[in-house]
Amino acid sequence: MVPVDYYIALSAILFTIGTLGVLSRRNPLIIFMSIELMLNAANLAFVAFASVYQTFSGQIFVFFVIAVAAAEVAVGLALIVEIFKTRKNINIDEMNSLKG
Amino acid sequence: MSSELIVFLVLSLVAIATALGMLFSQNAVYSALFLVLNFVTVAVFYLLLGAPFIAMSQITVYAGAIMVLFLFVIMLLGAENLAPSKNLPWQKPLARLLSVILAVEAIYLLFSRARTDLAVTAPDASLNTMDSLRDMAMSLFNQYLLPFEVTSILLLVAMVGAIVLTRQEKGGK
Repeated sequence: MVPVDYYIALSAILFTIGTLGVLSRRNPLIIFMSIELMLNAANLAFVAFASVYQTFSGQIFVFFVIAVAAAEVAVGLALIVEIFKTRKNINIDEMNSLKG
Repeated sequence: MSSELIVFLVLSLVAIATALGMLFSQNAVYSALFLVLNFVTVAVFYLLLGAPFIAMSQITVYAGAIMVLFLFVIMLLGAENLAPSKNLPWQKPLARLLSVILAVEAIYLLFSRARTDLAVTAPDASLNTMDSLRDMAMSLFNQYLLPFEVTSILLLVAMVGAIVLTRQEKGGK
């Protein structure tokens, strides 16, 4: 028996680490990875509550979140590659204009 | 202390350690590998919670496909080590302060309205059989059919978008 609070606490800790990564790292790839970590933390909370309430809805929502994360990564990495091709640099501090 | 709790505590230590390793690695390749380990740990949590299908999706989609894409792009761009920029010197302390505030808020909310009566019991063997999977599939394709179809269109749009964004313009430039 593991109280569901433990899972939610772990989820909150992982989410905070992901937030810290987004706020403090300057490499866009690592910022992306931190976002994946935050999505994972949310998924963990979903599955924990789905398990407590004995329902499949939480698991199915996690399935959709995984699909959306895959789509997001495909488009995001394509954008990063394209920015690198135009600017020869992917430092996030220098991406301050919408003009390509 | 039950064996399940011991497994949970050890795994959560591994999960937090790999997340911190991802955060503080200077080399982006190490970050990606730490994150793979983190995803596998979370997949084991899903197994503990009685969600074997989600655990396997996690390993194949996240730890497999997404992270391979990440490693591919990191190595393609040579972005393992970016020089630290000096533009915003106050940013890192501010980021740490804000994260600490977020963590304190989350933990406070958690403990102020904790429901100690809710507990995750060990998944019984019936959850790891085909019956459970069949029930979940029935739910997915009946109750959640529309979101499923919308997701397929989203994946198609993402695929087209990635191709359009990275394609070489013919004759131009």
